[in-house]
Amino acid sequence: MNLFDILGPVMVGPSSSHTAGAVRIGRMARALLGQTPVQAELLLHGSFASTGEGHGTHQALIAGLLGLAPDDSRVPDSFSLAKERGLTFTFGTRELRDVHPNSVLIRLEGERGGRLEVGASSPGGGRIKVFQVDGLDTSFTGELPTLVVHNSDKPGCVSQVTGALAAQGLNVATLQLNRGGRGGSAVMVIECDQPVSEATAQWLRSLPGILRVNRYTPDQEEPL
Amino acid sequence: MIDFTSIEQMIAGAEQAGLPLWKGIQLSDCQRQNITPEASWARMSAMLEAMTQADGGYRAGDRSRSGLTGGDGGKMSDYGQGETLCGPFLTDVMAGALRMGECNACMKRIVAAPTAGACGVLPAVLLPCRKHLGVSDEALIQALYVASGFGMVIAARASISGAEGGCQAEIGSAAAMAAPALVHLQGGAPAQMAHACAMAVKNLLGLVCDPVGGLVEVPCVKRNVIGAMDALSAAQMALAGIESRVPPDQVLDAMAEVGRSLPHTLRETGRGGLAATPFGLEYAPKSE
Repeated sequence: MNLFDILGPVMVGPSSSHTAGAVRIGRMARALLGQTPVQAELLLHGSFASTGEGHGTHQALIAGLLGLAPDDSRVPDSFSLAKERGLTFTFGTRELRDVHPNSVLIRLEGERGGRLEVGASSPGGGRIKVFQVDGLDTSFTGELPTLVVHNSDKPGCVSQVTGALAAQGLNVATLQLNRGGRGGSAVMVIECDQPVSEATAQWLRSLPGILRVNRYTPDQEEPL
Repeated sequence: MIDFTSIEQMIAGAEQAGLPLWKGIQLSDCQRQNITPEASWARMSAMLEAMTQADGGYRAGDRSRSGLTGGDGGKMSDYGQGETLCGPFLTDVMAGALRMGECNACMKRIVAAPTAGACGVLPAVLLPCRKHLGVSDEALIQALYVASGFGMVIAARASISGAEGGCQAEIGSAAAMAAPALVHLQGGAPAQMAHACAMAVKNLLGLVCDPVGGLVEVPCVKRNVIGAMDALSAAQMALAGIESRVPPDQVLDAMAEVGRSLPHTLRETGRGGLAATPFGLEYAPKSE
């Protein structure tokens, strides 16, 4: 916690959890897709579903998918901006199990055909937590530079990736590993102390057994 | 390095370093964040600028999505054109609190201070000091450091979340940050800032979070007014030499304890208090 967690963020109202956090969830989903989304299905859970309408949560999520920041005054007008930029979307509700009341499941399709399903929560103060990526459990906040690596569940994948990061002088802060089933696909979430460059991500993609690499760099949202 | 877990230690830390309280707060945060004082100052002045812009962006014709909010800041300013009950300074403070609360409800750009729901209190008391007290922007930025330092201690010792501690943690915290900031602007001593903070908390102790429809509108917008008035009264008492009988850190501990004792229905669930009145229930969420 620092002074600017107390005084700040600069954000579009009315709620840090239902508006600012929702924008951040959209931005995170866009970053994890790694391309411009053209289609989105958003399933709201709990308080997002019941009070989202009055908090502008829907507009906030779409604003984030368009890459807007929580303090962008175009957040309330994101639906018309989405139309201009060719993003079509639908909203629904879904009861998710064992998640925070402020949660959403987002299914995205990108301009180059990429697909992603991400589940995230906004527990308060504009902070977020990604609890699911493509059906696999995760737990990360986007407060540190983050890599999400989809790999085949085979020996050596983790050491290859962490070795490659070490060679770049990147320190791993946390590492989570989850898989769908033995020998299937797995997802590695790596939070680093330093930003990960696109070149490093590109190099990781060339390694055997690595299916997809997406990176998220925390925003410098304020001051503008 | 200042310890932000107690008001007493925060003040003692700055005194031992021979620094004014605002400077001690700034330098300690710079050390924690590994940033320069210049970068920190630029960021804090951007906060003041964002508050000023937000205030200027108010339109009395704007309405929130629910239709519950809008126009009251305009009414207060109109009333202020003539003879008022509270005089020009307090009328400007009240109008400013309403404007910012309404801007937030209408999805405009605001500065959470410490939360979005309580975003009106600090700007309401600080911005009119330019016009009415001739205060410089430099002094206002210093005052924001004082406010944030007290906010850090409140967050560490009690809470700044309505879901955790009720409205006393949001509007109460904002008032408890604004009161010492006002004492700073008037040249008061750190001990007076501590008592101003404590008295502001005590006066709103136990305030419940009961938003109609779960929305940050009713009663949140108008509670920004009472938060601003609470800050002014606590600051004026402290400047007059009046002290909180209960030591300031113990007041924050009481705030934490009261917050924990509040029932779930009165902690931002939209299920008790004003939210559970027949009027409030008309706005209750359909599902859940």
